[in-house]
Amino acid sequence: MDLKELIKPENLVYKKTELLNDDSMHYCPGCSHGVVHKILAELIAEMGIQEKTVGVAPVGCAVFAYKYIDIDWQEAAHGRAPAVATGLIRLMPDNFIFTYQGDGDLASIGAAEILHACNRGENILVIFINNGTYGMTGGQMAPTTLDGMVTSTTPNGRNIDLNGYPLKMTELIAQLPGTSYVTRQTVHTPGAVRKCKRSLKKAIEYVLDKKGTSFVEVVSTCNSGWKMTPVAANNWMEENMVPYYPLGDLKDSEKGEIVSEN
Amino acid sequence: MGELRLMKGNEVLAEAAIRCGCDGYFGYPITPQSEVMETLMQRQPWDETGMVVLQAESEVASINMVYGAAAAGKKAMTSSSSPGISLMTEGISYIAGAELPCLIINVQRGGPGLGTIQPSQADYFQAVKGGGHGDYKLLVLAPASVQEMNDFVDLAFELAFKYRNPAMILADGALGQMMEKVELSDYKPRWTKEEIHEKWGSWATTGKPASRKKNIITSLELDSDIMEANNRRFQAKYKQMEQEEVRYELIECDDADYIIVAFGTSSRICQKSVEIARAQGLKVGLLRPITLFPFPKKIVGELAAKTKGFLSVEMNAGQMVEDIKLAIYDAGHHVPVEYFGRMGGIIPTPGEVVDSLKNKFHKE
Repeated sequence: MDLKELIKPENLVYKKTELLNDDSMHYCPGCSHGVVHKILAELIAEMGIQEKTVGVAPVGCAVFAYKYIDIDWQEAAHGRAPAVATGLIRLMPDNFIFTYQGDGDLASIGAAEILHACNRGENILVIFINNGTYGMTGGQMAPTTLDGMVTSTTPNGRNIDLNGYPLKMTELIAQLPGTSYVTRQTVHTPGAVRKCKRSLKKAIEYVLDKKGTSFVEVVSTCNSGWKMTPVAANNWMEENMVPYYPLGDLKDSEKGEIVSEN
Repeated sequence: MGELRLMKGNEVLAEAAIRCGCDGYFGYPITPQSEVMETLMQRQPWDETGMVVLQAESEVASINMVYGAAAAGKKAMTSSSSPGISLMTEGISYIAGAELPCLIINVQRGGPGLGTIQPSQADYFQAVKGGGHGDYKLLVLAPASVQEMNDFVDLAFELAFKYRNPAMILADGALGQMMEKVELSDYKPRWTKEEIHEKWGSWATTGKPASRKKNIITSLELDSDIMEANNRRFQAKYKQMEQEEVRYELIECDDADYIIVAFGTSSRICQKSVEIARAQGLKVGLLRPITLFPFPKKIVGELAAKTKGFLSVEMNAGQMVEDIKLAIYDAGHHVPVEYFGRMGGIIPTPGEVVDSLKNKFHKE
């Protein structure tokens, strides 16, 4: 059969969501950001919420998230996205507001803002990309960098005595009564992507139902920062990151009630 | 005639915010301006006008809440006092860079550091030179009475939206704490969703309808050519402010040999100093800048052409005096410019100002 005969609408099994534009992304090949952008854009389109969505981008690699997804965006100062999102949701309570933040942004410089936004139960979705390093600035130590992990500011590996412990932000957030759905996912295999998308969908639904803050951590790779091939980075993440940052729902509840914990 | 009341400056700021159709106030307690948020919380404007009032976890958070709300085309504001404003300067720089309209109120106290809770004007430079990183300017209004604390809230929002630029009311602890008669403004309704869409739909992030392109609020631009074009656009805006928004008051300057320049609380003191000096036969006038940026350069130049000297009276170590000198230099004049001031939270007395004027200019 001629290839051209196959290309018909009725034979279409998959297409890129229209919310994701055709600009080539600045993310490195193998980076998790692109996949998370894709499933987020798909969900906004599938759930028909483009008109009420405003995204808040972080400082870090995802600083340019606003270039790729066709929704209104605000670009926040480093770590301040949850405060920016608070201003938005308080004045536009029927909109859908989300922040998209990395580990340096959320767990280090923005620790106060995320903690208090979640504690107030702001009706927002927080997407937390945790790859254990500062990708944008060239691979320095993040609060989530694992013990012994080599970065440009821990050339001999993270030293707990010197640098303290890798911060389990999501466990901390799950303790707060203001949060309703707190989960930790990955996007390093097709199965994980589907699972992450289901979690993200639930997280968005909870926010639309005004149940409080939804918090989705995606344990991610930074193969450039980690100086690995994409495949090696995926394997390294599975072997090293996932045992310390275990996957699954930490909390799935109505506001204020912890139903399940890892 | 609007409603007449006897009120504290800080309370009036809150009342004026509600009445001018402000959508959201985000703040953090700090002396001597805590009554602003306390008054708002007691007034519960969310029941009356729908205005949102939220106590943030820090000044850093409150200015970023303002950023978020302002970017959605809402009238958003915060208030604080000197150390809190320092914490906000990061956010203010981003707001200026993203060209967002909002109102920031600084009820100044003495510094540096934790300083004192007594009134001061030591944040003049911080306010009029931008304050944070990068080349930017705020529209800075300096009230000198509780009435102006009322009037400038609406004016500041009007100017902020006209220029898509943050505006600041630079008050001080004395103005915040003192009670005076005030004629309150009439209520203005808050903008509806449709009005915001119509007025600010070209940039406000309210959610993207199919009918328009996505709106992006950011201060980031990595292409140097575009960033320089942005900088030039900002500077053109500040230039336009200098041409169109200068406000000041002249008291007895027509025949004056000497001009006192003072703003805010010091200008109140200096009004009395003018009276005392004139009773002693010294022809003294007062120039009170109302906008500190844009600074009333032109009138300073004009006055310099026909007077013998200027005395800048400030509750700091001498900051505005530099802008007076620049204005006189720019106008091509050579008139002596002196400074007198008190620091540490001390308000100068009218007599001290007159003595200083005599010592510096009129030695017998």
